[in-house]
Amino acid sequence: MSAPLMAETFLQAINGALRLEMQSDPNVYVLGEDVALGGPYGATKDLAQEFGENRVINTPISEGTVVGLAVGAALQGLRPVVEIMFVDFITLAMDQLVNHAAKLRYMSGGQLRVPLTIRTACGVSGAWGAHHSQSLEAWLAHVPGLKVVMPSTAAEAAGLLRAAIRDDNPVVFVEHRALYYQPDPPDLPPPSSCELGQARVRRPGRDVTVIATGRMVRLALEAAAELAAQGVEAEIVDPRTVQPLDLLTLAESVRKTSHAVIVHEAVVPGGIGAEIAAQLQAAAFDYLEAPIERVGAPFAPVPASPTLEAAYLPDKAAIVAAVLRTMGHGQKA
Amino acid sequence: MAAPIDQAAAETLLRTMSLIRAFEEKVSEMYAKVEIAGLLHLSIGQEAVAAAVGSLLRREDAMYSGHRAHGHALAKGADPGKLMAEIAGRAGGYCGGKGGSMHVAAPEVGFMTATGVVGGTIPLALGSALAFKERQQGNVAVVFFGDGAMNSGSFSESLNIAGLWKLPVVFICENNGYAEFTPISAHTLVERASEHATLFHIPAVTVDGNDLPAVLEAAVPAVSRARAAEGPSLVECLTYRLRGHYEGDPNKYRELSELADWKAKDPILRFTAWAAQAKLLDAATVERIEAEAQDAVTRAVEFTRASAPASPADVATEVYA
Repeated sequence: MSAPLMAETFLQAINGALRLEMQSDPNVYVLGEDVALGGPYGATKDLAQEFGENRVINTPISEGTVVGLAVGAALQGLRPVVEIMFVDFITLAMDQLVNHAAKLRYMSGGQLRVPLTIRTACGVSGAWGAHHSQSLEAWLAHVPGLKVVMPSTAAEAAGLLRAAIRDDNPVVFVEHRALYYQPDPPDLPPPSSCELGQARVRRPGRDVTVIATGRMVRLALEAAAELAAQGVEAEIVDPRTVQPLDLLTLAESVRKTSHAVIVHEAVVPGGIGAEIAAQLQAAAFDYLEAPIERVGAPFAPVPASPTLEAAYLPDKAAIVAAVLRTMGHGQKA
Repeated sequence: MAAPIDQAAAETLLRTMSLIRAFEEKVSEMYAKVEIAGLLHLSIGQEAVAAAVGSLLRREDAMYSGHRAHGHALAKGADPGKLMAEIAGRAGGYCGGKGGSMHVAAPEVGFMTATGVVGGTIPLALGSALAFKERQQGNVAVVFFGDGAMNSGSFSESLNIAGLWKLPVVFICENNGYAEFTPISAHTLVERASEHATLFHIPAVTVDGNDLPAVLEAAVPAVSRARAAEGPSLVECLTYRLRGHYEGDPNKYRELSELADWKAKDPILRFTAWAAQAKLLDAATVERIEAEAQDAVTRAVEFTRASAPASPADVATEVYA
């Protein structure tokens, strides 16, 4: 009898998706720091051996130029996948990303296309401090021409990454570092579709919609279990891509529950939650029974100390409290 | 090495320079009459560089430019009508009016894009070069930039990567002595792009950019090296823009005497004198070529005026593929 297969971790799923896309399309190239060595976490493990170092290319620490180079390669018909080790370092590539990758399609009047994928790690984990822990997806989602993906499960990471690589637009694929070594729960059904721009309802519920991204999806599910014990049934919806946003699915849920809480790890002011809230109030104002709540990090850089980091991260209690606030809105104390 | 210019080549080179000059003078005039809006950066005085380099390229080769891009696009074979219509914000322009002067792209002739960000397209050229290297079809990527871009990180980073990976890219620095309004001496102690390139082990040469045969003589081996997969080169062309940084620039940062000195070194006048001396072009031929350039520009103006302004309905189309 053969041993049961080990469930695939998030990283293994990424690695597998890259391998499949490189096998099926010779135009897929991987570039980044240390990628030929497998990358800092192993996302590109063994790819250089299988596809050669001409397709899995180690780059100097020159994020801006590497992203610009990938844009040029994409204009020429390659499908580069660039690894930016931490989203914090995408700041160095913002010029190329914002001014060329995102805009060339439009500025050229549709003559050019930029089939570029940028994989990057985000999020707080392990007390790595202010330059290796940020969540900057709202910046990216604000740029017309970019797509922004935030997978929350291994199976979706694989499916969404393959969709991103096949997409003819620049896609920033934001992977939460804390998810890397986690397999999906055994009872989680595989996603029925991994199209970009499609949310997924992870848990049905009648009382409140909790919209959560990235690692916060797991936390929201844990909060939902606790809420259920109190008789509150939360519907957990993962947008999966924050640009484009699947407003239809989000609004449909809110019309059903009449209450919404948005949870992300990024700081609250100007976060993607602000945009989601604005779109929801426009799409479902008459259905809402309470103001939309937002849960996220305080408006501060990510601290280094473990005690500060713990205070910084949104937790289950914060989600539960936000849900109870919105559910109790208008009731007399 | 003597510059490889025969009679036919001399005619082609003069045709390109004359076209750029006539085109730029016309858009300057249209700008003054408010027929064209926006920011225009003209290349009058720098035509020899575009013409020489452009003459060495195939349609499939990739060319990138900066914000002073009209001449480069024309030298790559862009249609003057579609280019002018683009600059004028017309629907019939290359980009339907969405790019304009600084962001024009004509990929159908290998003019990949210009950019409003100084130094911004240098890395993009590396990307085209990477694709060319992988496909082994002997194509080259060329990028034009000015001395202002020499102090950008993307220039240094690109030299490093291009040299390291032996990419088939040719860096063309049009060193016109001014980064916007400030002379190069106020910005750097390293006043030659070729010095930067040498640091990164990239063959580089600095030439008189208003001397077309000299530019050609430097560009020929650079393009050949790239075609032969031998790696990148840099050609620095010392030149001068006879117009302001942009149209409307009051030009308060430079002396009239300096302008006059450079007018005397006009690359077109120098080339026709050189070609006459070398018995490659006679006066009648020069006159004919210049008249043809004027005709081409007249047709471009007609095309532009016949083209509708970009439609407001298209303001948010073509954002995504």
